[in-house]
Amino acid sequence: MLKDITLGQYFPGDTPVHNLDPRTKLLLTVVYIAGLFTVNTWGGYALVFAALCAVMAVSRIRPRALVKGLKPLVFIIVFTAVLNLFFTAGDDILFQWRFIRVTQTGLKRAVAMVLRVLFLVSGTFLLTYTTSPLAITDGLEKLLGPLKKLHVPVYELSLMMCIALRFIPTLIEETDRIMSAQKARGADLETGTLPERAKALLPLLIPLFISSFRRADELALAMECRCYNGGEGRTRMKQLHMTWRDAAAFVLGALFVGAILLLRRLGI
Amino acid sequence: MDPVIRIENVTYTYPDGARPALDGVSLDILPGTFTAVLGSNGSGKSTLAKHLNAILLPGAGRVLVDGMDTADEKDLIAIRRRVGMVFQNPDNQIVANVVEDDVAFAPENLGVESAEIRRRVDAALKQVGMYDFRMHAPHLLSGGQKQRVAIAGVLAMDPEVLVLDEPTAMLDPRGRREVIASVERLCRDRGITVVLITHHMDEAARADRVIVMDRGRIVMDGAPGQVFPQADRLRALRLTVPETTELILRLRAAGLDLPPEAVTPEACADAVKEALCH
Repeated sequence: MLKDITLGQYFPGDTPVHNLDPRTKLLLTVVYIAGLFTVNTWGGYALVFAALCAVMAVSRIRPRALVKGLKPLVFIIVFTAVLNLFFTAGDDILFQWRFIRVTQTGLKRAVAMVLRVLFLVSGTFLLTYTTSPLAITDGLEKLLGPLKKLHVPVYELSLMMCIALRFIPTLIEETDRIMSAQKARGADLETGTLPERAKALLPLLIPLFISSFRRADELALAMECRCYNGGEGRTRMKQLHMTWRDAAAFVLGALFVGAILLLRRLGI
Repeated sequence: MDPVIRIENVTYTYPDGARPALDGVSLDILPGTFTAVLGSNGSGKSTLAKHLNAILLPGAGRVLVDGMDTADEKDLIAIRRRVGMVFQNPDNQIVANVVEDDVAFAPENLGVESAEIRRRVDAALKQVGMYDFRMHAPHLLSGGQKQRVAIAGVLAMDPEVLVLDEPTAMLDPRGRREVIASVERLCRDRGITVVLITHHMDEAARADRVIVMDRGRIVMDGAPGQVFPQADRLRALRLTVPETTELILRLRAAGLDLPPEAVTPEACADAVKEALCH
């Protein structure tokens, strides 16, 4: 049951999008989000959608994968729509029934907000679908490098992320094992009221916690034995390289932002 | 030949321990040898292992690695680079979520230049037969494979000594065989000094030298062929003898004249064949 959880879903591939430097992808995602939030015209949303489709086509990510990823967000999207639809003030009333009132401004805003949320999440999904978690970690470490001057432990943070990712499957496996062990002793994890079930989780969480601490201890020892000495003076086997592809991607990003600003100016 | 590790009269008591875990241990480990350390639980064998790369520092006496005192803080990294350590649980030694990135961890820590890291990682993975798995996620490997990755992770430091603290305790028979075969190859072909802490007599039978510990002291020390035939003494120390030795001792009791020092399965088979053909 726990095996179904897919974290940091990454679909390996060998497309121009997959092969971009993770730093480029991270920066362009930020540019994309900033662009998305400056959009205030239908033409702008069409452009964002076109850009999204283009990246999807090039990276050969199937729309179905994206839809699957968006499913858990249905509630938030519906909530956004309802909130904007019914609670936007305006005098161009389209429909009224007792205290429920829908205005034209409200309808427009609801559609715009839903599009914004959808495009925002889809954009970040495309990043994680085409970039391995390790590459994202590496890219973040490099991008946040200048913060080292401000004594932000950038390397340590990225190592923590890397170790967390490494141990997720191990801990899921362990949780499964503890669950089986407790069930074998008659623990009931599936029925009962919510508080009862929450309470039933306790005999699961405590062993998991204790074993995690033990693991952390052993891992720290093993790391020390492999000469881990903090981020200072460390080198990397895999170095990130920017190529002409990255330059091209940045040009496309700039064009994207330019077009959005132009559409905004023209009001289309 | 100068010993690569010299242990001089070391005594160590854990902070919460009533009696010393190590009690006046002296030992020289020669380069390129394969030493197995045996002993029942609480005999001090793991404590001894932890002294070899300065995880624990002696309460009295000293440990020298290539002439460097482990108590000397400034030589810590140099000592740990020379004496690699592999632990029991392979899951808790692997840092990264791709095999080759994990093997690269130690040389990255040492500040090795990236092309050289690549070379060492590939070489280390080939030495333990895991090169084809270099892009795999560690959690999808079997226990024996994970443990070999952990060994490769240590080999990438280019160590002189490989200390393994019960590396096969959590593995199935097949994983055990794979790991021990890799370790033996590293010692015989690459000349790496191996110190293997183990509970398994058949693994110890493959060593050049067997050290038996009891209550923090070394009580037996010699070639497997000299140590294992002393079955009564081993049993008194709550240890068993390898099945090969057991067989030979019983055949001897039954009147066959077999050499008691034939402890590896190959030597034992040859000896039995010899005796039966005559």
